[in-house]
Amino acid sequence: MNQPMDDNPESYILETVDISKHFGAVAAVDGLTVSIPRQGVTSIVGPNGSGKSTLINLLSGTLPLDGGMVKIDGLGLSTIHAYETPDHSITRTFQEVRLFDQISVLDNILVVLTTRKLWPSLFERTRRQHREKAQEILEKVGMWDKRSSLAMDLSYGQRKLLEIGRAMALNVNIYLLDEPFAGLFPQMLERVKDILKGMRDEGRTIIFVSHNMDIVREMADHLIVMDGGKLLLAGEVEEVLNQPEVISAYLGS
Amino acid sequence: MLTRPPSWQRLSELARNPLQAFALSRNNVELWANLLIITFAVVFMLWKGATFAVTLGTVFAIWAMLSVSLNLVVGFTGLLSIGHIGFFGVGAYTVAILTSTTAYENLRTGAIPTFGWPFFAALPVAAIAAGLVALLVGIAFNRFRDDIYVLVSFGFAIISFNVFLNLRGITRGAFGIHDVARPQIGSWVFDTELELMLMAMALMVIVVGISWFIVSSSFGRVLTAIREDEQVAEVFGYHASHYKLAVWVISAMMAGVAGGMFSSWTTFIDPNSFILLESVLLVSIVILGGLATIWGSLLGALAFVLLEEGMRFLPFLPQEYVGQARQVVLGILLVLLMVFRPQGLVGRYKL
Repeated sequence: MNQPMDDNPESYILETVDISKHFGAVAAVDGLTVSIPRQGVTSIVGPNGSGKSTLINLLSGTLPLDGGMVKIDGLGLSTIHAYETPDHSITRTFQEVRLFDQISVLDNILVVLTTRKLWPSLFERTRRQHREKAQEILEKVGMWDKRSSLAMDLSYGQRKLLEIGRAMALNVNIYLLDEPFAGLFPQMLERVKDILKGMRDEGRTIIFVSHNMDIVREMADHLIVMDGGKLLLAGEVEEVLNQPEVISAYLGS
Repeated sequence: MLTRPPSWQRLSELARNPLQAFALSRNNVELWANLLIITFAVVFMLWKGATFAVTLGTVFAIWAMLSVSLNLVVGFTGLLSIGHIGFFGVGAYTVAILTSTTAYENLRTGAIPTFGWPFFAALPVAAIAAGLVALLVGIAFNRFRDDIYVLVSFGFAIISFNVFLNLRGITRGAFGIHDVARPQIGSWVFDTELELMLMAMALMVIVVGISWFIVSSSFGRVLTAIREDEQVAEVFGYHASHYKLAVWVISAMMAGVAGGMFSSWTTFIDPNSFILLESVLLVSIVILGGLATIWGSLLGALAFVLLEEGMRFLPFLPQEYVGQARQVVLGILLVLLMVFRPQGLVGRYKL
């Protein structure tokens, strides 16, 4: 019941095998084995401190794994370096928005578009295709008018949108979004939802952490419920949400 | 807010309407800082005459090379290094040792190897030597950041000074090295102050040009991203420590060139030119002018040189206090700046 889909490994884009992360005596992620289906939207829910953000940090190489293995598209890795994640077609956003604050909004997007090779990057200027791509992204998140402001001068909602735009600019398959809907007022919320739906329809895999069950019901196809660093349940959204354990442990009613 | 220079059309409009121009620019600190410092420099040079102006120009060019190169590291990459003077020293000593021909055998201080190279052969070697030292140091420094980075770079400044002082077999320690060669092309020796100033200025233009090329490239943008959030820059596929190491080595090579020019200009160097205090002054110049702006570093260097040389002519200040007094003035300036204008005279980036 824990795995809703068939056992064909091709159906999973991201699998963790017995991964763990300890902070001192606290096991933030404790022997977690979970599979995330290819394409569609997967939501990770769980009470505070259940290890959702730590899982995202481990998958994106932001934190080193203490043990276990992550399979990305079938490729097993026991260490993930953050700077390699774009090569594995992974990118992420952060729970507390982390932009490049003291550079312009436009540069925040452009920095993602330019070459990763060190020596050629010295001789690379901003090309027209970079600028056009950046414009396309910024228009999508509604920030083109703000392109010359510093990222630090934006409002919270705008920062959240820009961070999602920056992730979109990377053009990868797997997006790990840590609470993309938190703290947004309804209009912005709809915009983020539309952007994510657009990305889903392009065939990308979106994994997001959220506390808002209405949004989870609306957006997610699959659901992973965590508790105390362990997997509680995983499966199709409605199926999981109707389980009595989930209702008692997390939803509380 | 970004400020861009106004268009020519706008400028000519303003020129025809000086009152409006004044009203618009009244609160533009950047503009006034530029005008004030440059006007002061021109007046000062006219007042003191050509010889003085030429010396001032040389000193300015050397400090400008140092501050522009340090700004690549401190302003653009966000690594607050106070060890930059070490690379300046490596460059200076490399040129001095390679070009000096003094027969020290006759002196009681002991012999050091002499090579008698021409300046233009020694200068690239000085840059490479500084770059190599920076590579070794940089690999170690890449483990640190923020406050700890300041401390380890401080350590580097102290260590390099002590190496210059105590490696007597090569640097002659406190006795210093004499007769550093002047730049020479064929039989044309650059031995007037004017020629040396032009030489220093030419090197400065090259350093500024390369710096501009770097900061306006994709590489430069990645540096600013690393400065803002190294971890996020890594998430987007940039191996931050490689970028930091690259800019660190480039910056050190520029400082090495400045050092080579310095030792050729003075023709004598000893460890006292490469003390920690000089490094601190250098960081002050970079912050004074503005972090992450090349023009700011040039302006900062000009302001510093004017301050340094100008205070010599204050009638009420006895000569023996000039050295200390300028440190006091610079210190006060820096405190005022941090309180009222943390982005420096022309900068945008705040520490």
